[in-house]
Amino acid sequence: MSEKILMKGNEVLGEAAIIAGCRYYFGYPITPQNEVPAYMSRRLPQVEGTFLQAESELAAINMVFGASAAGARVMTSSSSPGISLKQEGISYLSGAQLPAVVVNMMRGGPGLGNIAGAQGDYFQATRGGGNGDYRTVALGPATVQELADLTIKAFDIADKYRVVVMIMGDGFLGQMAEGVALPEPTNLKFEKPWALTGAKDRKQNIIASLRLNPEDALEKLNDELQATYKEITENETMSESYMTDDAEYLLVAYGTSSRICRSALRVLRNEGVKVGLFRPITLWPFPEKELLKAADGVKKVLTVEMSEGQMLEDVKLTCNGTKDIDFYGRTAGMLPDIDEIVRRVKSYGK
Amino acid sequence: MESKGAQFEYIYDKPNSLVDVKTHYCPGCGHGIVHKLVAESLDELGVQDKTILVAPVGCSVLAYNYLDVDGCEAAHGRAPAVATGLKRVHPDNIVISYQGDGDLLAIGTAETIHAANRGENITVIFVNNAIYGMTGGQMAPTTMDKQVTKTTPYGRDTSDVGFPIRACEMLATLERPVFIERTSVHNVKSIMKAKKAIKKALQNQAEGRGYSFVEVLSMCPTNWGVDPQTGADWVKDTMVPYYPLGNFRDR
Repeated sequence: MSEKILMKGNEVLGEAAIIAGCRYYFGYPITPQNEVPAYMSRRLPQVEGTFLQAESELAAINMVFGASAAGARVMTSSSSPGISLKQEGISYLSGAQLPAVVVNMMRGGPGLGNIAGAQGDYFQATRGGGNGDYRTVALGPATVQELADLTIKAFDIADKYRVVVMIMGDGFLGQMAEGVALPEPTNLKFEKPWALTGAKDRKQNIIASLRLNPEDALEKLNDELQATYKEITENETMSESYMTDDAEYLLVAYGTSSRICRSALRVLRNEGVKVGLFRPITLWPFPEKELLKAADGVKKVLTVEMSEGQMLEDVKLTCNGTKDIDFYGRTAGMLPDIDEIVRRVKSYGK
Repeated sequence: MESKGAQFEYIYDKPNSLVDVKTHYCPGCGHGIVHKLVAESLDELGVQDKTILVAPVGCSVLAYNYLDVDGCEAAHGRAPAVATGLKRVHPDNIVISYQGDGDLLAIGTAETIHAANRGENITVIFVNNAIYGMTGGQMAPTTMDKQVTKTTPYGRDTSDVGFPIRACEMLATLERPVFIERTSVHNVKSIMKAKKAIKKALQNQAEGRGYSFVEVLSMCPTNWGVDPQTGADWVKDTMVPYYPLGNFRDR
């Protein structure tokens, strides 16, 4: 670990990608993630990498497709409306089993919405987003440090399983400057015998999601993808349980919302209220077993999000009617209020 | 009289870069000819083992089943963007973006123009048959004035949907392309010219000269509802007058 330096989330993301060995970045401007392309346009030429500002998000994600098919580590970043445009490419990447890292610094929606941080794209990230039966790994960092660490992890997961990994930050995390120790590279090596390099001394490689022949049926591909997703669920699920051992009430939140919940938790604990916090780090795969363990014995669960209740559905599915679940959400760049969380949890005991 | 074991010399053979499989293309379709011209050019330039072919959405989506080179699918219209990604990672490989008219001039217009404008060192082969073939014959951006298609049952009405777009002329307004030529495959003479243009466009890339674009006017007898010979005649009589053959840029 290096010394701590002060960096913005969006810039740390870029530097961490470079540490992870990413040398190709394709993007299109959109607030609140513009520091990412700005940083990459400055840094990538210094490490003999390629930065290219595409003509659209559609072009950018398809340049990612090409670079990934060529065998390179590649990243694109955007924010909510731009991520919607990239969904076509994300579906194609998933169908063609190509690794890629896609960053969404979420902003207020729907539509053009606004440019402040939000968490309204949870459904889109965890349910597939584009057409067809596929999943993207979705990581939800809560701090600039965790953003750096998860960026490294994202490239390894993408290459290991040949999937798209989404980093689900928000406008606040991207714009926020915090002390960060730049992570070390993992230096894990992933062979890519499928990569398109020219068919020299081997048979032709073909990267495609189109499956028309019965002997190479689409259903077989879908079954293969599901087997991969099962493996990811078993191996890569991440979460954090904080002060849950003796908890009577459980807060569930990810990313920026979880930091607000931590502050509320401190206030409540100081007043003697036994409250814990469960924080999914992988939004997909959702940490079901870990949540059940954290929620074991609690009287009530409060899910807090910067949305109208999206992760809430996974909390409900996981608890499957065994828990009393409340929800508190703010949207459009409004942050959940610490006092409101404290008031609600205290009201549960009355 | 006993044969003296005559010495035969091959004067014509299937190109190495073509796979020996049955075609799925319709009788009279031009794609098979264009595939062969690309394959011959790859053979002659000796670049088969370093070529990556980007296949579009459209009838030629399975082009990688015919050309024995590394192949990559692209979403509809995005072939130049996919080719850009491939070429930026492997600048020494030969990257071909093979596209139809709907792909290149409707859904992928932005990708087409910007890849050309950046001067990506790729080769774009544009097969223009004035119709959407794969989906069953709808109007293309290159469908001719008054041409009847599935979605222009009364003929293309240029006062309603505009005139067919001329790709070569449009791209020739840009500074970076080094080679732009319109060719055709409606008869032997034009096929030989098309071959020359395709080979030049690939050679340019091998020499690192930059973006090369070859449009090929081609036949779609099935969706035009005509026999193959009538199709070839229609290219000559209807398309060529509107889409003049020739070179628009050679630097």
